[in-house]
Amino acid sequence: MTRVDEIGIGGLGASRRRVEDARFIRGCGNYTDDIKLPGMLHMEVLRSPVAHARIKSIDTSAAWAIPGVRLVLTGEMAAQRNLAWMPTLSYDTQAVLATDKVRFQGQEVACVVADDPYTAKDGCEAIVVEYEQLPAIVNPTQALAPDAPLIRDDKEGQTDNVCYRWEVGDKAGTDRAFARADKVTRLKLHYPRSHPSPIECCGSIANYDPATGKLTVYMTSQAPHIIRAAVALVAELPEHLIRIVSPDIGGGFGNKVPVYPGYVCSILCSILLGKPVKWTEDKSGNLISTGFARDMYFDGELALREDGRILALRFHADTDQGAFFSDAQPSKFKIGLVHSAFACYDIPVGHITARGAYTNKAPGGVAYRCSFRVTEAMFFQERIIAAAAADLGMDPAEFRRVNLVRDDQFPYRTPFGFLTDSGQYRRCLDLGLDAIGYEDFLKDKEEARLRGRRLGIGISTMTEPLGAGNSREYDILGIKMFDSAELRVHPTGKAILRTGAKSQGQGHETTWAQIVSHELGIPAADVVVEEGDTDTAPFGMGTYASRSTPVAGAAVSMVSRKIRAKARKLAAHLLEVSEEDVEWELGRFFVRSAPNRGVTIQECAMAAYGNMPDGLEPGLENNAYYDPPNLTWPFACYLVIVEVDPETGVWDVLRVVAVDDCGVRINPMIVEGQITGGLTEAYAMSNMQFMTFDAEGNCVGSNYLDYLLPTAWETPGFELHEVVTPCPHHPIGAKGVGECAAVGGPAAFVNAVLDALSDTGVRNIDMPLLPDRVWEAITTGRDVSGAPPVKT
Amino acid sequence: MFKRQVTITVNGEARAVELEPRVLLAHLLREGLGLTGTHIGCDTTSCGACTVLVDGSAVKSCTMLAVQADGHEVRTVEGLTRASELHPVQEGFQEEHGLQCGFCTPGMMMSALALLERNPEPTEEEVRWALSGNLCRCTGYQNIVKAVLWAAAKLRPAGTGGVR
Repeated sequence: MTRVDEIGIGGLGASRRRVEDARFIRGCGNYTDDIKLPGMLHMEVLRSPVAHARIKSIDTSAAWAIPGVRLVLTGEMAAQRNLAWMPTLSYDTQAVLATDKVRFQGQEVACVVADDPYTAKDGCEAIVVEYEQLPAIVNPTQALAPDAPLIRDDKEGQTDNVCYRWEVGDKAGTDRAFARADKVTRLKLHYPRSHPSPIECCGSIANYDPATGKLTVYMTSQAPHIIRAAVALVAELPEHLIRIVSPDIGGGFGNKVPVYPGYVCSILCSILLGKPVKWTEDKSGNLISTGFARDMYFDGELALREDGRILALRFHADTDQGAFFSDAQPSKFKIGLVHSAFACYDIPVGHITARGAYTNKAPGGVAYRCSFRVTEAMFFQERIIAAAAADLGMDPAEFRRVNLVRDDQFPYRTPFGFLTDSGQYRRCLDLGLDAIGYEDFLKDKEEARLRGRRLGIGISTMTEPLGAGNSREYDILGIKMFDSAELRVHPTGKAILRTGAKSQGQGHETTWAQIVSHELGIPAADVVVEEGDTDTAPFGMGTYASRSTPVAGAAVSMVSRKIRAKARKLAAHLLEVSEEDVEWELGRFFVRSAPNRGVTIQECAMAAYGNMPDGLEPGLENNAYYDPPNLTWPFACYLVIVEVDPETGVWDVLRVVAVDDCGVRINPMIVEGQITGGLTEAYAMSNMQFMTFDAEGNCVGSNYLDYLLPTAWETPGFELHEVVTPCPHHPIGAKGVGECAAVGGPAAFVNAVLDALSDTGVRNIDMPLLPDRVWEAITTGRDVSGAPPVKT
Repeated sequence: MFKRQVTITVNGEARAVELEPRVLLAHLLREGLGLTGTHIGCDTTSCGACTVLVDGSAVKSCTMLAVQADGHEVRTVEGLTRASELHPVQEGFQEEHGLQCGFCTPGMMMSALALLERNPEPTEEEVRWALSGNLCRCTGYQNIVKAVLWAAAKLRPAGTGGVR
């Protein structure tokens, strides 16, 4: 009997080519906008051109008069259905269609349904809205000023623009530690507003069938089951008559987690008209109205001992939340997981305060390729770590080595209550330093400096909490953050697997089959994977926050093991021995005392349908719901070398080295693809990608000429390395990885540029490090802070 | 509204359609002809998801009126596969993991094809420049560049060198 070769059948560790590519490379993907239903109408949204204004009147008569226009929906009409407002995922409310005021530029004011999209646009242009403009508030400083106009006058009891206050940690203990510090490093910085900006915008096709009462919605959602629950709760429709389908998604990055007014309007219009209604957002609509990310102001300190040990940390974060608090984050914490900052360092005590402010900007605060605000947390962490090393006159790598949590300290409890459970932090750091040739570079840098060239190296090391999450601390609308898998093995040993997650490029159709293959020995090519249809998939919480592998992936393992347990009974029956005498090896059961006598998993599958023992129910299928005992804690070390041109402030990336420890890798090719994608977003944030607003609240960044994304031309090459520390609580030892590079990467780029400027006295340049800002810092020797000014 | 008759050769087949002059080529392909492989990302000529070949040149079809294509030859991603055999550019994207969500992929492949038809042996730098009108948010481009170089090597006649 030849053993099953796990790599040969596409199991764990195989860089299996992706199953989903077959349709994408042929142009045969099935994205929301590709779907065409019989009798389908088209909806267009009219958005507010101003950031803050009272609506005096809306005249829709000219729009109704256009041939082909079927419906003009206003907030007043939505209010009759109790749908002018909706709850957000952060227990705030958000306007679906404005009734009283508009509170940000791009807010949804009305929508038009017509026979074709061009006519729907004509209809929107024909609507006349009279606005009485109010002063716009575009940052937290303005919002929290004592005489600031009240943005959320719709909320009972709201008397200022404070959205939330939050505090965590030990203030008294932290103050005591600071009092005995040899040195205190302070850093203030702004993480600029950004937008996840997948290339595919949002969209939906709502199809309400008056005959059956069934509502089917095809939509760009990373979390279709949450949408179904939300529609049932908000629109008061029976949940069994709601079917949400997420077809192929053209990138998500957190942008496609929230419920947007456009989705709700398409549903309402379909119910009112009894016909399918399609809404396809355009790019400016996507950029100016859907979930933004970041926009956080930090002011913090580290208490340091002369020998380099960090004694305590404290910081305050002010967050610009936009007009509605609609953070798509399910933690119990007001500002997500920002208190996971510094989790990789052994710091005994800390204290964090945070405050959110309403402003006249788009709502959101989505987890853009991150777990609920960890990107901002890790950026501040790695920037102040670099600043502290500089203040102490210590090498930044050595400063990290002194303070990183040691391997023998796990499980390690952070001062804010997180439990990090595994890692080899110093090994990752040393591997990265070796790979980039750290010692040699330091010499090269000094020699280059003598010749007038400015080279710099930046390091960023971090662990972050991925895979929300255990049911004690994480839920959405009261539904816990578990995930699920259902596996059906057919008589010939082929199988179909469905999960509650939803791939948007992560390659679940490929990797989930590999987990089944690893657990059962069924070739991955024999397992088809389906996700995204709430009528067929088991209930799950979707894909974001790098949670698929930690949670749904674990469920895939667990359901496979249930199948194996039943197959063992079938094997014992076929082999005519007792179950205790049956041993398992990949793909096969055999008799312990006679290893040549065995049956394959495929033979067991056939027996499940044709030759089951008395008393055993037929069939070979099962499901598993997985509630993770903890988050997973991958570690990463990113190193970047840059050269800054002192004449122009332009900086070039010379090398990027990444060391990622995300535990056991299911498909190394796909993991590496996630890392290079994340590093590119990190480079983008540091170099060009930001969204800003003028004093009137006009969004500067409503298209790809103003909102810059890197192309193949400027994106650097990446050198990837790995360390594997299996996750102790995950069934196959895997940890999340999708967001690590986007979270940990930006600080490496910024630290590198600042290192190249280390003799100028400049301590900080806020992102993006545009050439004029770098040049300004070099020529003045002063920090450059805040969002770049709007050029008119 | 006033309509016009146009005839466009799409993937080798002459297609006669009647349409409003304001209809964009991308919309004609997707809505009128059902060729949904051409995607629309930004409607402002920036992202390149809608890239098709018009008379052999890469064109962003969201900023070209369909009537401007009257009498011209258009090639879309659906025309890459011949007799169910993949084009080397398609194979390259799969082999080198040059796609994740797949949304930019058709436009990216059409830009790559335009490059390889005029320059069969591009350097990495030439590939990066040729693709700089196409945005990808997933991959970081590294594998896309490898995919195009893989295709170039495959397209080269045997014996004229391997992958550079």
